[in-house]
Amino acid sequence: MNIDRFRQQGLPVLVVLLVGLILWYALTVGLNASGAIARVLPKDGSWSLEDLLLATLNMQRPLLPAPHQILLDIWTSLTKWSIGSPRNLLLHTWVTASAALTGFVMGLLLGLVLAVCIVHSRTLDRALLPWIVASQTVPVLAIAPIVLVILGSLGITGLMPKAVIAMYLCFFPVTVAMVQGLRAPQKLELELLHTYGTGRLDTFWLLRLPSSLPYLFPACRVAIASGLVGTIVAELPTGAQAGLGSRLLTGSYYGNTVQIWSALVMASLLGVSLTGLVSLVERWVMANRRVAA
Amino acid sequence: MTQPLKRLDDALRQQAEPLQTRPAIVAKGVNVIYPAADRPVHALSDIDLTIRQGEFVSLIGPSGCGKTTLLRTIADLEPISSGALTVNDLEPAAAREAGAYGYVFQAPALFPWRTVLENVMLPLQIQGRHVAECQEIAQEQLKRVGLAGFEAKYPWQLSGGMQQRVSIARALGFKPKILMMDEPFGALDEITRDNLNQQLQDLWCAEQRTVVFVTHSISEAVYLSTRIVVMSPRPGRIVKVIDSPLPRERTLKLRDTPAFMALAQEVREALAEGHHEH
Repeated sequence: MNIDRFRQQGLPVLVVLLVGLILWYALTVGLNASGAIARVLPKDGSWSLEDLLLATLNMQRPLLPAPHQILLDIWTSLTKWSIGSPRNLLLHTWVTASAALTGFVMGLLLGLVLAVCIVHSRTLDRALLPWIVASQTVPVLAIAPIVLVILGSLGITGLMPKAVIAMYLCFFPVTVAMVQGLRAPQKLELELLHTYGTGRLDTFWLLRLPSSLPYLFPACRVAIASGLVGTIVAELPTGAQAGLGSRLLTGSYYGNTVQIWSALVMASLLGVSLTGLVSLVERWVMANRRVAA
Repeated sequence: MTQPLKRLDDALRQQAEPLQTRPAIVAKGVNVIYPAADRPVHALSDIDLTIRQGEFVSLIGPSGCGKTTLLRTIADLEPISSGALTVNDLEPAAAREAGAYGYVFQAPALFPWRTVLENVMLPLQIQGRHVAECQEIAQEQLKRVGLAGFEAKYPWQLSGGMQQRVSIARALGFKPKILMMDEPFGALDEITRDNLNQQLQDLWCAEQRTVVFVTHSISEAVYLSTRIVVMSPRPGRIVKVIDSPLPRERTLKLRDTPAFMALAQEVREALAEGHHEH
């Protein structure tokens, strides 16, 4: 049973990982070779092929760092430095995560409120929906500096401006999914409540909201992932003091490619954990749901 | 008796009529017309029908005869175009708000995120009763439809027949005077259907509620009803109202008796008559 499951689910993933690693190492050697010959190996040409290989895989500032270099960099940053130190990646991950989560919660609330308004008012449906769609055609990269500058001039700095930009990306999938979800109840179910003389508020809590949950959770997974992107983008233009975005920026300033890659790896790990968190909540809330056969 | 005296006598009798015998549902000249681009659809045409308290009335007819539309207008799920309609002496909308009837749809319409017990509790909760009271009533209703022990199950764990029984328990929980059923057993197999017909009969005998029952099964109508309203389409109208001579309490065996077969034949002929009229 367990072996079967491993074969069906674990094995393909492992194979792809292995192939990816091999390709990565090959690419590392290929891309770093010219740099290694020019900067690391003896100028007189007295080096063997083995020297070249080792040099390409362990350069100070490689074009493409090898996986073990990145892992080592993350490991030392986590173990050698205290949690409060700006050299500890966990601190930066937490700074980014807290802003992304705050933005996600704000976006979730905004998205819910907008969806409820749209579903319950035909006027708002017509007035709001085009603007909500239009809002997402503006690139976040263009909006982020404007928001940061405006909020900064109002004295709002730190976590909040980043959260606002994350919210800007989060609310959209939630709104769209919830409009669909709150309209999901069938005529039959609405008529059933109608025969009991149920008011709008009761109809919302007893029928519309529970019916919309299967739509809400997939939207939340999308939202929290794009909220993380928004947070990192917001950390870039102002040269934020901390956060994974600022690590990316300083890394590229000083040509520290290993630092960029470790920040990138931490960002993807964070993304996976955040969507995993949403999935956990979903599993807990939807424990007793089954699709009607 | 002279004419004026008789009229006075009638009036007095009407006044003295106890609540029990006041009609549950009165339809007078009810029309339902759907506007359509080419020709308006006459879904119900001049319906006159009085349903007394405690009657079991079946509406039977082919598709499009308006039997479901008639039930839906009584339940205020659809408006009437003209005529007068009262339910427990109230306008349909006011009767609905007052919880005058329980409605059983063709599909069980159970909420999949609620347990069986919670589904039966739904209308009681909407009425704002205490949770403990809701639970108690719901448990009793489930027992009554033979589903004790299934309280904690979810609808998808039950068979179709059991789901429909839950929906009947739900409709009965708040003790409405009238029970309206729109082909409640139409989607079930014949064995389950027989079984549920028997249960419904027992339930009606025990509680003496008014039941309005839409069906397209002749044997179901004859087996259950005290009165059978035969309807015909284009325009939707009542062709014949047949009083059942069968006793109030019935068993499935009754269906093999000559009286049952004669009544079924009468219904069949009325249906055919309505069919040949145009």
